Amino acid sequence: MEKRLITLNVNGIDYELYINPKTLLVEAIRDYIGLTGTKRGCDTVSCGACTVMIDGMSVKSCAVLAVQAEGYKITTVEGLEKDGKLAPVQEAFLDEGAYQCGFCTAGMLMSAQALLNENPNPTEWEIREGIEGNICRCTGYNSIVRAIQAVAKGKYMEVKS
Amino acid sequence: MIEKYAVLYPHTKFHVINTHVRNIDGVAKVTGRAVYTFDVKLPGMLYGKILRSPHPHAKILNIDFSKALELPGVMGVVTGKDTLGVKQGIWRRYKDLCDEQILPVDKVRYIGEPVAAVAAITEEIAEKVLNLIDVDYEVLPAVFEPLDAIKKDAPEIHEGFERNINVTRHIEWGDVEEAFEEADYIREDWFKCGGQAHMCMETRCAVSSYTPDGKLTIYHSNQSPYYMQALMAGVLGIREGDIRVISHYVGGGFGGKFELDGAIFCSAVLSMKLRRPVKIVYTREEDFIATKRRTPMYYYTRTGVKKDGTFCAREAKVFTNGGAYTGMGATALYLTGFFHSFPYRWKAYRYDGYRVYTNTLPSTSMRGFGAPQAMWCSEQQIEWIAADLGLDPIEMRRKNAHHEAYVIPGQATIQSCGIQQCFDEIQKWIKTKGKLPKNRAIGISAAGFMSGGIFNWFDTPYAFSAAMVIINQDGTVELHVGAQDIGQGSNTTLAIICAEALGVKVEDIKVHSGDTDFCPPDLGAWGSRQTLMAGNAVKMAAEDAKRQLLEFAYAQSGMNIVYDLDIKDRWVHAIARPERGNDYTELVKKALRGKDGHRIIGRGYYTPHRKGMISPAYSYMLQGVEVEVDEETGKIRLVDSLTAHDCGQPINHLGLIGQLEGAFSMAAGYGYLEYMPYEDGKLMNPNLVDYKVMRATEMPPTPVAEIDTYEPEGPYGAKEAGEGLTNPTAAAIGNALFHLFGIQIKECPIKPEMVLNTLKEKREKEKNSKK
Ligand code: FES
Ligand code: FES
Repeated sequence: MEKRLITLNVNGIDYELYINPKTLLVEAIRDYIGLTGTKRGCDTVSCGACTVMIDGMSVKSCAVLAVQAEGYKITTVEGLEKDGKLAPVQEAFLDEGAYQCGFCTAGMLMSAQALLNENPNPTEWEIREGIEGNICRCTGYNSIVRAIQAVAKGKYMEVKS
Repeated sequence: MIEKYAVLYPHTKFHVINTHVRNIDGVAKVTGRAVYTFDVKLPGMLYGKILRSPHPHAKILNIDFSKALELPGVMGVVTGKDTLGVKQGIWRRYKDLCDEQILPVDKVRYIGEPVAAVAAITEEIAEKVLNLIDVDYEVLPAVFEPLDAIKKDAPEIHEGFERNINVTRHIEWGDVEEAFEEADYIREDWFKCGGQAHMCMETRCAVSSYTPDGKLTIYHSNQSPYYMQALMAGVLGIREGDIRVISHYVGGGFGGKFELDGAIFCSAVLSMKLRRPVKIVYTREEDFIATKRRTPMYYYTRTGVKKDGTFCAREAKVFTNGGAYTGMGATALYLTGFFHSFPYRWKAYRYDGYRVYTNTLPSTSMRGFGAPQAMWCSEQQIEWIAADLGLDPIEMRRKNAHHEAYVIPGQATIQSCGIQQCFDEIQKWIKTKGKLPKNRAIGISAAGFMSGGIFNWFDTPYAFSAAMVIINQDGTVELHVGAQDIGQGSNTTLAIICAEALGVKVEDIKVHSGDTDFCPPDLGAWGSRQTLMAGNAVKMAAEDAKRQLLEFAYAQSGMNIVYDLDIKDRWVHAIARPERGNDYTELVKKALRGKDGHRIIGRGYYTPHRKGMISPAYSYMLQGVEVEVDEETGKIRLVDSLTAHDCGQPINHLGLIGQLEGAFSMAAGYGYLEYMPYEDGKLMNPNLVDYKVMRATEMPPTPVAEIDTYEPEGPYGAKEAGEGLTNPTAAAIGNALFHLFGIQIKECPIKPEMVLNTLKEKREKEKNSKK
């Protein structure tokens, strides 16, 4: 198949890529752009390790082609912090110990952030459903739920000065 | 710390230990900065793929890869013939248990076993080229179940192993026959325990780079860089010192990543041939079919008790499905037998374990290390016995439980033991639950676990754990450990111990781990050994460094020598007059000058001596799980739980909670979700659609009641946490089903259809007996 020149907007930066149209978004992000925070954990779209946000919604980046993501705003884990300051979800994950090996964490954070974007005050069950597509083999999820609850409760709200 | 221990051990007023400390690797992990082996890319790197056997048992007659080499982009192919053909294994002291050639030379023994490996300029080409390799096999008769494999006419899987028996283990104390005589009631049951996939989120992967100076650098996702270094030296015929293994971040281990795997071995063999870095990443399917798994077991257990519930004797016979090779399975065979006695006092006990070769995926250690199987059988049978005798199951357990200073004859001495308080906590919890809805019941299960093994079948000449503490002029600390952080948080736990011992803050400490060039050899992360063993080594190293600093402080202070100096929170002071003191950094600078600029280096080691046969210390726990069952479908839902847990003095609070919750999810998966069905040696669900693991929606609340004890052998009183809790849950779920329906399910994981069938059988039986 003929290669194509595409532009992907990842974390606010336009990247021009010359790629095979069959390239998955996760491959474009990791192998072409070199942002390796996003992981892969399966070949069946089952684990969520590859989750990114597209226009603020969570998407498994192994389930879409890079070309399909053209024209959208893609956010990866590297794009969560702003000016060297961690996002509330990241702070909450640190405080609650909501990760262990860390391999699911990028995807988990993106699902958490997307959930909070859509529903700033989720119930516990909504949180669980929101991260149901993300497997974590280490934590047993409850610390992750606590972290998301803490963010929803406003614990990490910016103090505007 | 309860008062008794605070009086006995006045130095247990802590500054850092058991406070809220964020994981020191956390920022790297939540920002995507942590670089895993999966992320490593080296200049000129090639991509490797492994061709795997489609047969469970076959002779390799010929491998023709001439066509493969013609494909553009293919750089090379290796087979068993390119290797030294070393049969390796982790039980290095026992030659006949070293039985696995990672690229076999003449015979394959399970579906998925590596046969050849290729390297190409892209992963896609490497994948494609596998189809161009022709292998001639002579297919041999195969056998898949241990009870078939021990039959006289079963196919021989390894030469010289009669009836395919790979290892046997015998444990015995007391006069078993006599003790059974004393029993008023004897019960025997057969159980079956399934396998379980480690299912690490990071699949097995490695990047090997061999350079013309004869040095090999390997990035590899593993639980013990030292083991990898030593084992690779053995199979490649190069010196340990010429191999560097780097493994800074590891995407999960759970007992499945401390033996050689196809990724590390094949990438190294390819790299040595091609002199280029080679990366191999297993697909999820490969990770399921061609790594290792929890050991499936057939358990026979016979137990004799007195009318009043006093335990007299137990006798168990176990046949494990060893799969094609030994690996760590030999240890699991021993530990399952030992922990089947836990946590109770048996007047007499006998265990005979047989590990049997079959033509299936090799089985090995997995979190719990044989004990989840042991508890699945033991704790259910005990529950049934209590019911048979009309006794309270908790009180019966309580009466027979281990206690401080209990000696398991010839095996172990129990120092700390908080199991009685565990019973109290769970009893209270059950009371608060009151009457449950009709489709719910609570099941309980006790367990215990080791804090590191004392055995050295690996035959290391090094101390089991080692640490080095170097103090910089500004007071910051370089802590070098061989302990391996695979997510369980050992870097943080060891930093906490170091900070406490040295009297500094956690943020003063940089932990160096996961690199054999810069870290002392250490057996690594398995058998719940690191908090106790590496923790003791770190404490010793930090105290060594501190002593060197305090020499200068004493010299300067002119104090009466009966007074003690100490450092806490970077404050150097007389213990009797803590308000009077000096800044720690100033002291470091002075000490450096006083030592003619020689750095202050503390060294610490730990090797267990005279600690019985198993472990220096044991954790204890009792778990209650509230289970709901849909009678129509047989589906199980976990509603609530409480774990009462004695891990001695907790060190890393956040890490501890995380470990216990994580263990619960894996243990519950073993109880009712994670089946590994095989058909003719082929795993039928090697993907995450069909292999179910716990999801966020399935997890019940997992609160923990921490029991205060002090373990004299552990650093600051600490012992195991996080692995042992994989042990009780399956049995607790089984016991809940028993209380709900009166059914006894003897096979785990429990499938919905097993619930339905057993229930149906029971109801029919009841109907017939009424007629
Ligand atoms: S990699 Fe598993 S869902 Fe995308
Ligand atoms: S932290 Fe290891 S898989 Fe989630």
